[in-house]
Amino acid sequence: MLPELFFAYFAVTIVLFSIFVVTARNPVHSVLWMLLLFFHIAGLYLFLNAEFIAAIQIIIYAGAILVLYLFVVFLLNLREELKIYRFIGGWPSGLTFGIALLAVIILSIRSFIAAPPGKYSINLIREETHTKALAKLLYTDYLFPFEIISVILLVAIVGVIVLAKRRLKT
Amino acid sequence: MNLQFPDLTPVMPELFMTALALILLCTELLVKKKGILAALSILGVVVVAYTLIGSSGTTFGGMFVSDGYSTFFKVIFFVNAILSVLISIKYIAIERVNFGEYYSLILISTLGMMIMASAADLIVLYLGLELMALSTYVLAGFIRYDIKSNEAALKYFLLGAFSSAFLLYGISMIYGLTGTTDIKSIALYISEKGLTENPALSLSMILFAVAFGFKIAAVPFHMWAPDAYEGAPTSITAFMSVGPKAAGFAVLGRVFMIAFASIKLEWVAVFIPLSILSMAVGNIVAIAQTNIKRMLAYSSIAHAGYALLGIIAANNEGLASMMSYLMIYAFMNIGAFAVVIMLRSEDFKGDSISDYEGLSRAHPLLAALMLIFMFSLTGIPPTAGFMAKLYVFMSAINAGYTWLVVVAVVFAVISAYFYLRIIMYMYMREPKVEVSLSTSPSLGLALGVTTVAVLAIGVFPLYLVELARAAISGF
Repeated sequence: MLPELFFAYFAVTIVLFSIFVVTARNPVHSVLWMLLLFFHIAGLYLFLNAEFIAAIQIIIYAGAILVLYLFVVFLLNLREELKIYRFIGGWPSGLTFGIALLAVIILSIRSFIAAPPGKYSINLIREETHTKALAKLLYTDYLFPFEIISVILLVAIVGVIVLAKRRLKT
Repeated sequence: MNLQFPDLTPVMPELFMTALALILLCTELLVKKKGILAALSILGVVVVAYTLIGSSGTTFGGMFVSDGYSTFFKVIFFVNAILSVLISIKYIAIERVNFGEYYSLILISTLGMMIMASAADLIVLYLGLELMALSTYVLAGFIRYDIKSNEAALKYFLLGAFSSAFLLYGISMIYGLTGTTDIKSIALYISEKGLTENPALSLSMILFAVAFGFKIAAVPFHMWAPDAYEGAPTSITAFMSVGPKAAGFAVLGRVFMIAFASIKLEWVAVFIPLSILSMAVGNIVAIAQTNIKRMLAYSSIAHAGYALLGIIAANNEGLASMMSYLMIYAFMNIGAFAVVIMLRSEDFKGDSISDYEGLSRAHPLLAALMLIFMFSLTGIPPTAGFMAKLYVFMSAINAGYTWLVVVAVVFAVISAYFYLRIIMYMYMREPKVEVSLSTSPSLGLALGVTTVAVLAIGVFPLYLVELARAAISGF
């Protein structure tokens, strides 16, 4: 019973906080809600016995990225919102589709049969330690995806530089 | 721990492409003339295409597969990249966004498409898709001072991220069901454990269909396309109306034909309405457009609907016809965009349909080329567009969907209205504005290549179709 309650708390608050993130009027509030959201996601990882990922989540997302993000929000003077007239109806249709999708998911997920667990059981990971098991996998079985991610990060850097460049005179 | 070094022969083209993009990033700092970068990227892509020969095989523990199917798609991506670079050189100078990173981003986006076409594992597929999409988002917003370009990039980005969420949800669900992300093992596990009837499997399949529907811009997941195509730099509109769409079809074919092979009837039932809606909305809404880039965006939505017929046929013949359709579409669509780009000059936007009025008086050659591309997009013989439609329709009829082909033909007839309207404007109206063309040798070369390809494939279609059939044979 206790694990279900624990999971239910985290699942519901994560959904609530993500709604607060997108509906908050003040961008700083939005970022702070996001911070809480990240802490709760880290809680979920802990719940799954993924301590290393939980720690990474807090150190990198909450610690590094979000603080940087907060600086950007402070630097941009976002007093006035840019308002543009929209001609497609707002939330009623979106809500209808959202509820319909939720109903379909709930109905079909009830017949979900989980596959047998793989070789990385909790005990094996405890023996090998998280960092080692993860690193081993990343550099052997998942070497190719790992390398693709490095190119994706490169694109992100190049993209930021390009979009922040000065306008050419000629 | 024994670390076995993976066999790198199958990924040679990808390695060369990455190296080429990195070299371009560095030469950008040294070379002041941007034309050299464009020439270097075209030459590089040709070299990469050469490395495709003898690259067949599977590597990285079955995560990456290089077969005839992926090779055919990679050729489409190379054609797309080369033609897009050719039509860009003068255009990005006019738009004052002549940065060297432009070419690197095009190549990296192409690299993402190549990885998608070769992905035999859902994680690799997802990462390839993100690599392609991220570079295309940046390219769509390349004209940073133009609010429309900003809008295009932002809308493309937000809806692309949204569709990625669907894809990830689908992947996580199928991973939970089968305990693997390998496409072939998924199919094996499903048939072994008799999961065919499981609604959770169907839900996962639908989530995949939604995510890929966004990438190929099929209705009702097309909302981003008109705004993104209109606002993006015209050369990038050409690039992203062909490349990401073809890559989307590549993964669609592989995932649905292999992983979901056992629930074929279910996914065919999902794609039939998608295809009909794409043809209907694309062709009917295109009639009301006044901007030629927007019109071509709706036309590209409609063409996704036609190409989906090949997937609906759900056999090798259908896939081969879909592949040749996309190859032909690459030539005719980029050709049409090359004409659109030619009308853009320093102080003239030239993207309104009324700008084409009386074009044949001042520029008869350009009008004639536009006529060929419009005929081809409509599907009038002897152009390639006719053959593309013919083979897709034939494969659908052979698979028993005659009524669907009748519907498709009706919409193809409707599409004639807006394609031929441009021809009518060019030849039967008096010019209202004086249009000065911005010509360049590279643009001329792109127009020459696309025209020759559209006519040659239209007259001798069998070479291409046989090539596609041979490519698919080992699928």
